[in-house]
Amino acid sequence: MSTGLTSDPALSAAELRDLRCLAGFMVPADVGYGVPGADDDIIFADIIRSLGRDAQAVRDALQMLREIAGEGLASGDPNSAFDRLDTGKAETAMLTLLSRDDSVVKALGRAVLQCYYRDDRVLHGLGIEPVAPFPRGRVLEQGDWSLLDVVRGRPQLWRDDREGDVT
Amino acid sequence: MSSLADPNSDRPTDDIVDVLIIGAGASGAVVAASLAETRMKILCLEQGDWIKSTEFPAHGRDWEARRYADFDISPNRRGRDTDYPVNDDNSIMKIANFNGVGGGTILFTAHYPRMHPSDFRVRTLDRVADDWPIDYWTLEPYFAENDRVTGVAGLAGDPAYPPHEPTLPPVPLGKTGTRYAQAMNQLGWHWWPSDISIATTDYNGRARCINLGQCTPGCAQGAKASVDITYWPQALRAGVELRTRCRVREITTNEHGMAAGVVYYDPHGVERFQPAEMVILAGNGIGTPRLLLNSASARFPDGLANSSGLVGRNLMLHPWPQVFGYVEDEVDGDRGPQTVMWSKEFYETDPSRDFVRGYTLQFARGGGPVGEAVTSMIAGRLPWGKDHHRIYRTLLYRRLVIGVACEDLPEEHNRVTLDPVLKDSHGIPAPRVDYTLSENTRRMMEHGIARSSEILETAGAKNISCSRTLLNYPGHLLGTARMGLDPRRSVVNEWGRCHDVKNLFIVDGSIWVTSGGVNPTCTIQALALYIADNIKRRLATLFD
Repeated sequence: MSTGLTSDPALSAAELRDLRCLAGFMVPADVGYGVPGADDDIIFADIIRSLGRDAQAVRDALQMLREIAGEGLASGDPNSAFDRLDTGKAETAMLTLLSRDDSVVKALGRAVLQCYYRDDRVLHGLGIEPVAPFPRGRVLEQGDWSLLDVVRGRPQLWRDDREGDVT
Repeated sequence: MSSLADPNSDRPTDDIVDVLIIGAGASGAVVAASLAETRMKILCLEQGDWIKSTEFPAHGRDWEARRYADFDISPNRRGRDTDYPVNDDNSIMKIANFNGVGGGTILFTAHYPRMHPSDFRVRTLDRVADDWPIDYWTLEPYFAENDRVTGVAGLAGDPAYPPHEPTLPPVPLGKTGTRYAQAMNQLGWHWWPSDISIATTDYNGRARCINLGQCTPGCAQGAKASVDITYWPQALRAGVELRTRCRVREITTNEHGMAAGVVYYDPHGVERFQPAEMVILAGNGIGTPRLLLNSASARFPDGLANSSGLVGRNLMLHPWPQVFGYVEDEVDGDRGPQTVMWSKEFYETDPSRDFVRGYTLQFARGGGPVGEAVTSMIAGRLPWGKDHHRIYRTLLYRRLVIGVACEDLPEEHNRVTLDPVLKDSHGIPAPRVDYTLSENTRRMMEHGIARSSEILETAGAKNISCSRTLLNYPGHLLGTARMGLDPRRSVVNEWGRCHDVKNLFIVDGSIWVTSGGVNPTCTIQALALYIADNIKRRLATLFD
């Protein structure tokens, strides 16, 4: 049984380089939408700071990436950085990793997205004011209650067990 | 507390109490508040903490991320020091709970339907499972009393239910509910605003809902009726003592086969003995059988109150497929209570279908920015790379999602046992859950998924997809110490007293005979009020 918890130390320098490269590929900057990528300094720092329960899963995903990319990267050589790979080879490896239906890949995705979509610039780009829900709250319209009129006239739907209707 | 010596060991012993309640969640709070009027000495031991409203995620910018961390619904991922692990590797449905004052009501959505009259009579009406030893009408006054204390938003007149009067106005339909309602009317299918235990106006000292959209991981506004802010203040004012961070290891018995008290670990980790005249278990459908099985002794070698062999068996978890669709225009997203309305169109048995019993359709709003991204990433809707931003903008605040709340029938092989290896932080054996879906349940799920897809298509949604069990496990933990008249086929009698141990009561969801197709909290609490009332009326002969 996996508890999802970890007390592992911080990612190594090589793992950080790989993760940053991967994050930028997963959610790239987009000039058209006016948003940074997930490898942006502030967002990436938030991702690293917030790994928490997903730290080991992210580390496992990065190891998978290195295995996919090739034996040289999987050897543990600290000078062997993923981001120095040929672009085409690197993208193929990242796509292969991210297409896997694996819990560590989902954890990696969650670790990136939960920080990306709370960044002020990203939220502004979506037209969302970057504030916590409390205490201001939100506006919710009542909606069209007249739609209920046709339901009010329906016959009883529930079975009355006191009526002897037991078949 | 005194430090008297336990004659059977060197562990310290506390002063005896009249009533010892184990667990301060949905049912423990109710029974504590109800019994308080007796002026008996009542103590509740709770393994978790009080949760301050300032701790709830809606206070911070990381409010969505914390749903995957310290407010995750899975105790295994949440991993607070007040949690115990659950081995659910062999269960298609994972386990959700919360350990703290308020229990599961801290993390529930507050969707608050009652069981239906037919739910108590499934053998008589549908020739499956067993009837309950009590019926809807027995519980009806307790439903009403519970609604009054809790504060339930809703609307009278639902043709799917016997008449009842919710205490507060319904939550708004909003844009999302209006879309659903239009589709349901076009199809000619029943819908109604849900009963929801959220204060839509100021109520009993609770401030009205301000649409934080964060009902599940705790309501910072205090509008959601978690029992730490409904029943517990009432119980504490009446003199009930509540001790937190006290984890019970086992219930002990005396030479007469009666419960003598409990061995527990206090907040400092010291093992103590708490004697009691009467013990009431309120630990939920996983925690309660775990404790009974951990209380095996020479007198009760198969676990306490387990002469029937049914402690831990007949676990029901409410399989809950979710069907997603996306519309072109913005709807409510996470702005407002997450649940809107229900449909009972397919609730009652229909002989023309290929399954018995039925399900509730629960209509929900969508997620916030992170919730939408993570859910859609897991579901495969949201790509990585250059298309990410374009696709994301077709999803955010455009989601419709219908939950199919299926009634799973009791099956003895679906069960809770003690894991031979896994233990909690005090070294107490942890629960192991074995659970599979029956063919009847699978057919019901597929029927509900197909009808939900029709609704979403009618509502103009596209990109329709379904998660059968991956994304949703509601934490409805039922059936593992069932109620009944026959001691050979049940664990407790028709008013919650264990057949085998006459001063031991169970008031949580484990006593359910069948599960219905509804969220259980409302009925759990009505049952707890009913059992407490029986205890009060029978005090003179309670243990006969």
